Amino acid sequence: MSASSPRIAMAKTVVGALILTLLPLPSWLEVIRPGFLALTVLYWSIQAPRAGGIALGWICGLLLDAFEGPVLGEHALALALLAYLGVREHQRIRSKPIFQQSLIVFAALVIYEFVLFALDGWTGHPLTTPLRWLPTLTGALIWPAAAAVLARSYHPRT
Amino acid sequence: MAGFATGSGRPLQGRGGSPGFRFALFAIASVAIMILDQRFNWLERAHYLLQATTYPVEIAVSSPVTAWDWVRKSFASRDVLEARNERLRSRLRGLEVRSMRYEALARENAALIGLRSALPPVAQRWLPAGIVNIQLDSLRQRVLIDRGSENGVTRSQAVLDDRGVVGQTMYVGPWSAEVILITDPAHALPVEIQRTGLRTIAVGTGNSNSLALPYLPANADIRVGDVLVTSGLGGVFPPGYPVARVTQVHKDAVQPLAHVRAAPFAHLQTDSEVMLIWFRHDSPAAPLKERNGELITGDRSIRPLPAPAKPVQRPAPPKTLSAAPKVSARPGAGKAAAAGAKSPT
Repeated sequence: MSASSPRIAMAKTVVGALILTLLPLPSWLEVIRPGFLALTVLYWSIQAPRAGGIALGWICGLLLDAFEGPVLGEHALALALLAYLGVREHQRIRSKPIFQQSLIVFAALVIYEFVLFALDGWTGHPLTTPLRWLPTLTGALIWPAAAAVLARSYHPRT
Repeated sequence: MAGFATGSGRPLQGRGGSPGFRFALFAIASVAIMILDQRFNWLERAHYLLQATTYPVEIAVSSPVTAWDWVRKSFASRDVLEARNERLRSRLRGLEVRSMRYEALARENAALIGLRSALPPVAQRWLPAGIVNIQLDSLRQRVLIDRGSENGVTRSQAVLDDRGVVGQTMYVGPWSAEVILITDPAHALPVEIQRTGLRTIAVGTGNSNSLALPYLPANADIRVGDVLVTSGLGGVFPPGYPVARVTQVHKDAVQPLAHVRAAPFAHLQTDSEVMLIWFRHDSPAAPLKERNGELITGDRSIRPLPAPAKPVQRPAPPKTLSAAPKVSARPGAGKAAAAGAKSPT
C-alpha cells in the first residue's frame, strides 16, 4: 500500500462532493441538500486519519469558502474542527455499527453547523433561519450511503 | 499531551505533532484569514484570483444543466415556439405603446416601463450578463454572472432585470462576478415609497419573493400595493428604479414599528439574464461614489481636531468674524499654536 494511494481517492471524492455541492437543484431539494464536503472530510478523517486529517479539512474548507463563504476562512475553521473531531475519535467511531455512526455524525455535524452559525454572526453575515440546521439531519441520514460510496473509492487491503 | 491523545490512547504521531496541535495551528490560520478578509479588506486580490480559478469549475458544473436546457429548447415544438413568438410580439407592442407615452411622462414614471426604455439618462452603458447555473449557497441569495473585470465590471455595481432591481456585484473576478440579490439577508437597500416619498430601508429576508421594511414606525403612511423605488441613497443605485410592491402591512397598536413585507418586481428566481449598468457620474442623479466600503460625506481629513489644526491661518485674526469665537473658546491652545507657528518664521 503506497502512501499516495488514499490521497488520490481523497482528491477524487472531494471533487465529486464539490460538484454535488454546487449542482443547481430545485429549491425544495436545495434546502435539505446535505453538506457533502463535510461528510467526505469526516469519512476520510475517520478512515484514513494519517493521510488526510486536519489539513484535508482545512483545504476543503478553503475551497468551500472560495465558492460560497461570506468570509474566507470560515468553512476552513469549521471543517478543520470537524476533521479534528474525526481524527481524534476515529477508532471509537470506526468500531461502531453504522446506525450509531449516524448518530455520532449527526452530533459532529451539529457542532460544525454551530461553528458556522457563530462565525456568520461574528463576521456580520447572520443567517438565523432554522432551515440552516436541516442539512445536519439529512447529512446524518445519508451517512450510511455516503460511507458505502466513499468506501468503494479506496480499498486499503487490495 | 495526554489531552490530545487519540481515542485509543495511542498517540497518532504524524508529521507536525498531535492532531490537537495541528488543529490549533489550522484554527489560528483560519482566524487570521478571516480577520484579514473582514476587517482589513486585504484579501480583495485573493478574491479576484479565487473568482478566476473557481470560474472554470462553476462553468463545468453548470454545463449539464445548460446543455439539457439547450436540448429542451431545440426540441421545443413548433406550436410552443409560435405561441411564445406571439406572446413576445404582443408584449413588444405593449411596450412600444407605453414607450410612446414615455416621451411625455416624467422620468420617474418612465422607470416603471421596461428595461431598455426605462434607462434614464443617468445610465451610461449597460451590458447583458448571463446567470451561471450553479448554487452558491442555498440560504444566502447569491448568483454568479458570466461577466467580470474584463468587461469593466467593478465592485458594488448595480444589477437590474427588465422589471426592477436585482442586486449588486460583490466579488468580481476577471470573467465572473458574484451578485448579492436584494433578498439576501445581508443586503439592505435604501428605498422610497413612490406615493408618499417616505424613505426607508428594504432588507432581504432570505426568501426570493419577499423583502422586509423593518424600520417603519407604526403610524407610517404605507398601504398594500405601494410601489417602492430606489431612493438614490446608499451609493449604488440612482433614484427611481422600481424595487418592489408592498404586499403585507401589519400594524399593531402595541408594537412601535410596522411589520411590512414587499414582493420584488425582479424575477429573482427565474431570471437567466440580468443587466449590468454603468452610471454617468457627473449626472446629478448619479449615486454617490463609494470608496473602500464607506460613503464619502465630505473631506475625510476634516475632523473636529481638539488642538492646533491650522496654525498657518492665524496671522490675520481680527478680519474674519467667524474665527473670533473659536479663538475665545480655546484661547490657550490657539495662542500657543499661533506662537509656535510664528516663532520659527
